[in-house]
Amino acid sequence: MALLEVTNLKKSFQDTDVLKGISFSLERGEVLAIIGSSGSGKTTLLRCLNFLETADSGSIQVDHHTIFGGDDAEAASVLASPKQIRKNRLYFGLVFQSFHLFPQYTVLQNLTLSAQLKALKENKALPRQERRQKAEIFRTLDQQAMELLKRVGLSEKISSYPCELSGGQQQRVAIARALMLTPDILCFDEPTSALDPELTKEVMGVIRSLKSSDTTMIVVTHEMDFARNVADKVIFMANGIIEEKGTPEEVFDHPKSPILQSFISNT
Amino acid sequence: MYDISNWWNSYINEDFIRVTVQLWKGFGVTLSLFFLTLILAIPLGLVLAFCTRSSFPLLKLPFRAFVYVIRGTPLLLQLMIVIYIPGIAFHAPITKWGMFGGNVARAYFFGALFAFVINYACYFSEIFRGGIENIPKGQYEACDVLGMTRSEAFFRVILLQVIRNILAPMSNEIITLVKDTALARTVAVTEILFCAYEFLKIDAIIWPLFYTGLFYLVFNAVLTWLFGIAEKKLSRYYK
Ligand SMILES: Nc1ncnc2c1ncn2[C@@H]1O[C@H](COP(=O)(O)OP(=O)(O)OP(=O)(O)O)[C@@H](O)[C@H]1O
Ligand SMILES: [Mg+2]
Repeated sequence: MALLEVTNLKKSFQDTDVLKGISFSLERGEVLAIIGSSGSGKTTLLRCLNFLETADSGSIQVDHHTIFGGDDAEAASVLASPKQIRKNRLYFGLVFQSFHLFPQYTVLQNLTLSAQLKALKENKALPRQERRQKAEIFRTLDQQAMELLKRVGLSEKISSYPCELSGGQQQRVAIARALMLTPDILCFDEPTSALDPELTKEVMGVIRSLKSSDTTMIVVTHEMDFARNVADKVIFMANGIIEEKGTPEEVFDHPKSPILQSFISNT
Repeated sequence: MYDISNWWNSYINEDFIRVTVQLWKGFGVTLSLFFLTLILAIPLGLVLAFCTRSSFPLLKLPFRAFVYVIRGTPLLLQLMIVIYIPGIAFHAPITKWGMFGGNVARAYFFGALFAFVINYACYFSEIFRGGIENIPKGQYEACDVLGMTRSEAFFRVILLQVIRNILAPMSNEIITLVKDTALARTVAVTEILFCAYEFLKIDAIIWPLFYTGLFYLVFNAVLTWLFGIAEKKLSRYYK
């Protein structure tokens, strides 16, 4: 079975149906690019995966675990509890279009804050004799954070504040922050659309460099070069449905649906 | 030759010392009223802010109405209501309340304090509400996707940003409070202006009134300086 299995996901706001039954799957290590015109529901899909919105129906399975919906209504209602959601959403990470770094924390603290809170909670659950020292845990986390910052090329910026960084640097911090909790699937919602072309290249380069056998990514993007050259799969969304999906070659070179054909010729 | 003892006698005279001692006592009352109001109105204001922000109309609407009425009427009127209405309307003047043990000055002080706390809590709650509502939604969402609980998000991420948002309006309001304590004079609280006015009434000397101005000015200078430091500290995180 695939790492991620999304089945017939539906979501509407008041009387507009935004997602009208989305199904797709993703293998470990794959990069999925989601493209589509404005208002087609791309952001809503990512927000449903990350539990920022609650889908109306359908199911989400990660690594054989059902984390949303499913056939069993009782199990589904257990999954809807805030505690379960907090646990299950950590299968995913999300990088926002406008970064949303925490302004009062340094780059390093932005990475370690949630990991520290998580470690403290887990530590508390341990029997007394197995509890590790807080300082020791925090040191390990600092090291992990430093490692990640090196990966996104920001080693010298660990004690800067977000307002002291360029947009591209901020987005790279946001990517490292999301990686800090080792999500199974990292989602990006138009990670470069707030950036100018130079910084877009910089951030896209970092995302591309993350590609490896165990990093699975979903990237909503308007960067067609990225979708074509980096993604393993491409989904084209239109009006709340998956209009077409396939490999980049299939989608970009041999589009079948007329909507996709006109979308590609327009970009 | 200039006679220094003459100068001493004419300026630093007995009156001056007597007035200074009395005004310091009054200023003690002023400061008590100020700090107690601050300490009580801030948490109460926070509670009011959460009530007026509630999505539950039965909670939200009455509290919004209450805040509106308190903010829309003079503090002086509220002071008079708190101090005189129990006696006039219910034959239970606050000076006779058991909790004050027959101490008239204490009864007036706490009556005034009550009115100040309610009044300022309402003003503070509106400032807090604005400060909370100005936090971008993305900050909460970033906390959510990082697996934080609501309270972790509030205390570790949101709160300091709220404090930064409210610092300027709060410093205005707090400096206004320093000066508003003088209103308590009208209900016989022996704060500094009350004391100065006694000298005018009894000894017919005017200058103690101006002398009180000095107390207010120096105290407000200290507050302004402290707020300046806080503002500088917090602005480090923002361009
Ligand atoms: N909270 C909401 N309440 C009501 N309608 C919403 C809400 N969020 C999204 N929508 C609507 O859902 C539709 C899809 O929005 P969505 O943000 O998912 O599109 P998108 O594909 O991400 O577009 P874009 O490329 O512009 O980011 C839009 O018509 C939008 O108005
Ligand atoms: Mg979008």
